[in-house]
Amino acid sequence: MTLADTQPQALQFECETGNYHTFCPISCVAWLYQKIEDSFFLVVGTKTCGYFLQNAMGVMIFAEPRYAMAELEEGDISAQLNDYEELKRLCLQIKRDRNPSVIVWIGTCTTEIIKMDMEGMAPKLEAEIGIPIVVARANGLDYAFTQGEDTVLAAMAQRCPDKAPVADSEKDERNAIKKLLNFGRKQEEVKAEEAEYVDHPPLVLFGSLPDPVVTQLTLELKKQGIKVSGWLPSKRYTELPVLEEGYYVSGINPFLSRTATTLMRRRKCKLIGAPFPIGPDGTRAWIEKICSVFNIEPKGLAEREAQIWESLEDYVKLIRGKSIFFMGDNLLEISLARFLIRCGMICPEIGIPYMDKRYQAAELELLEKTCQEMGVPLPRIVEKPDNYNQLQRIKDLSVDLVITGMAHANPLEARGINTKWSVEFTFAQIHGFTNARDILELVTRPLRRNNNLKDLGWDKLVKEDARV
Amino acid sequence: MKLAYWMYAGPAHIGTLRIASSFKNVHAIMHAPLGDDYFNVMRSMLERERDFTPVTASVVDRHVLARGSQEKVVDNITRKDAEEHPDLIVLTPTCTSSILQEDLQNFVDRAQVESKGDVMLADVNHYRVNELQAADRTLQQIVQYYIEKARKKGDLPQGKTEKPSVNIIGISTLGFHNHHDCTELKRLMADLGIEVNQVIPEGASVHNLKTMPQAWFNLVPYREIGLMAAQYLETQFGTPYIDITPMGVVETARCIRKIQQVINAQGAAVDYEDYINEQTLYVSQAAWFSRSIDCQNLTGKKAVVFGDSTHSAAMTKILSREMGIHVVWAGTYCKYDADWFREQVGEYCDEVIVTDDHGLIGDAIARVEPSAIFGTQMERHVGKRLDIPCGVIAAPVHIQNFPIGYKPFLGYEGTNQIADLVYNSFTLGMEDHLLEIFGGHDTKEVIHKGISADSDLSWTKEAQAELNKIPGFVRGKVKRNTEKFARERDLSQITIEVMYAAKESVGA
Repeated sequence: MTLADTQPQALQFECETGNYHTFCPISCVAWLYQKIEDSFFLVVGTKTCGYFLQNAMGVMIFAEPRYAMAELEEGDISAQLNDYEELKRLCLQIKRDRNPSVIVWIGTCTTEIIKMDMEGMAPKLEAEIGIPIVVARANGLDYAFTQGEDTVLAAMAQRCPDKAPVADSEKDERNAIKKLLNFGRKQEEVKAEEAEYVDHPPLVLFGSLPDPVVTQLTLELKKQGIKVSGWLPSKRYTELPVLEEGYYVSGINPFLSRTATTLMRRRKCKLIGAPFPIGPDGTRAWIEKICSVFNIEPKGLAEREAQIWESLEDYVKLIRGKSIFFMGDNLLEISLARFLIRCGMICPEIGIPYMDKRYQAAELELLEKTCQEMGVPLPRIVEKPDNYNQLQRIKDLSVDLVITGMAHANPLEARGINTKWSVEFTFAQIHGFTNARDILELVTRPLRRNNNLKDLGWDKLVKEDARV
Repeated sequence: MKLAYWMYAGPAHIGTLRIASSFKNVHAIMHAPLGDDYFNVMRSMLERERDFTPVTASVVDRHVLARGSQEKVVDNITRKDAEEHPDLIVLTPTCTSSILQEDLQNFVDRAQVESKGDVMLADVNHYRVNELQAADRTLQQIVQYYIEKARKKGDLPQGKTEKPSVNIIGISTLGFHNHHDCTELKRLMADLGIEVNQVIPEGASVHNLKTMPQAWFNLVPYREIGLMAAQYLETQFGTPYIDITPMGVVETARCIRKIQQVINAQGAAVDYEDYINEQTLYVSQAAWFSRSIDCQNLTGKKAVVFGDSTHSAAMTKILSREMGIHVVWAGTYCKYDADWFREQVGEYCDEVIVTDDHGLIGDAIARVEPSAIFGTQMERHVGKRLDIPCGVIAAPVHIQNFPIGYKPFLGYEGTNQIADLVYNSFTLGMEDHLLEIFGGHDTKEVIHKGISADSDLSWTKEAQAELNKIPGFVRGKVKRNTEKFARERDLSQITIEVMYAAKESVGA
């Protein structure tokens, strides 16, 4: 490490060429179709999109996924075929085979370029076939990887019921369906003692998380007397939360800036800007911020955080003092870096596809504070990084661990550089106090593995001097 | 529009990238939006490639949409030229750039002025050709480019090599067992006393392409990639090519006899009959296997075959002709080459299916209920669902189909590998079937499902539901840890809170 002596005063932001590797944002269908159980995702694109999904999703593709390609052919591109009729034909087939509660159309680069009016066609077709159609333009021209979820949730936010005069009966009706579908399981939940909660304005959380993590975070807030009125997205499209003007909303992931904007501007909700509940420090700061908005004195958080840190010690001692480099591809980078710096790591560079300084303001502030408290230099934050330049910097800095995509992981390992595949962070459970250990399990795995092998003498496995 | 969940052959640019990145020191630049460089992930993961995949994107974003690529593509080409000094940069169009209709050839011409290396535009139309056709075309294009370049400079080597020699054309990255096949073919050539002049594209340098005309003949082991290049060389230099895939005992012999004929016509006086005989009877085990009683048990068993043209056709002939297995239908997804396929397998199966619709193939398997399937990864999964064993014989494939051990499909060692593959598929199926009839390995009833069968702890309904959400293979462990945690704290009831407290305490 060579840059310890130059401690900058504030976070530096840079922007490079945008020549970096990341997943196409249409990959969001892979986790969203699993999360929203009654949905069907139709990706309107070409063979390229299909090939990506097929290979990136690996074995999931064989589990009869509730997503498919509407593969555009030459006739579609040259408008010899009528796109409305074509989409109608496919959607009717989907309705017949799968009968979903919602069809989500994912727009791609191709639909952008040929200017297919998906937003215009959707309401017409929706009326004609009787299934809601949500349009999300999750394309590689505009977005990277996890931002795909952002475009879908921003579109879904428009579909959340508002408090119409019929809200109560509608709610009953919705509950009736819910009860029916869950065989009455949810009854206890409905009866839950209101007395356990402090009286506060309704709070809706947004961001797609696996159900166990939803439960954990909900319980975490319950301990502070905060009631979570709903999640965007919920388990089923038919259970989207009510959003009234004046409701409070809070994001649980750093890549949801469009959704946040939509909730504020279109649904007139109030955004609680907080660090994200990733790592025990983030989780505590997230809860504290929500408490402070509702004038609640948080109880037992310091102890809880300390207790989690204590349970992490065996992992933390493996990474303390080591350096970590984020090449950047999924927008979780700031939060992860902040947590790992708190663990005692040094981070020279955080690459990130897109940096929304307003939506991530609280997270950036916590990052800065964490660096100061830990006495480490502030990382440079590189938006739209250039992978080629990054590889040169990685070589120069000789970092201990690189968080990167699969395209670079094996070549770096062959050159003796420890890597962790970044995509795993988006699929692993990393939120809340409970899952802090899972993050460290991922981060330390390459170090633990390579520790086991270190005496074998084969850490550099390419012949010529690393041609990076 | 077509509703599609799965495709057998990838988009055109994948083919071009496979060829470009197979060569040494050739760089491909894709004119593509962010995220289309997924090829690099596949190569790095499936091939476990140690080097950085020489493919970068010249990113098409909103600005490009509004104003055109302008200097961007040219800058990216010249930058890569300066950074890595590749011999050749192949500008690769994608589906996106196909509809943008920018004049990519113009970018190439401009970039060529400033670049030290050569620059070329891959001539593939995304909407007309698939991965395999594009690969075939790109390989031919590169060969032609360097032959013509040498011709213009006047340093095209004249005449043939002194001894009989061959170019092996079509070995490429991400090809099904290509590396092992290549080793096996080189061994076979060494056995036959034939020098290997060039192997392209895998590991080849573009500078050596000009020596290709010196070979006595070209061998194209796979139907899908290499034929166009071989045909080009035949028209230019009269070099004969052999497109018999040496897969299976009979076809390998046929390929060798053809080689004999081709080189004897050019003045070699070789007789390979003794070699074929020796290999067939004593070295390769496949001929003996087909005579052994193991294989007798396979007689008349029903199988179906599906894959690319090369592997599906060869497999069908092996099963039917060499093992006496009843191939109910054989199929390929190479629709553009359907006539060749029909002609090859027509007499070895009851029915020929040519389609790229995996649903149709799934139905056709279910209808026939074969004892074994030989197909791609997709058919393997169909087999899983229907409880029918499947041997994977063709791409598309997963990482397990890039084995580290030596597993060629071609040549005499290939025949051994295939015999194992076939035999293992069928016996596993038989074993399963017998187990079903006799009620499993262990006929004793299972009394305890877990160690906590007589637990004094009660799980609340929510906790039980939460537990059920945990994937099956770790559920037992989570349950045990949670109950241990509860016992240590004298808790009699397990709630969700207790579950997660337990998780935090043990880190399980």
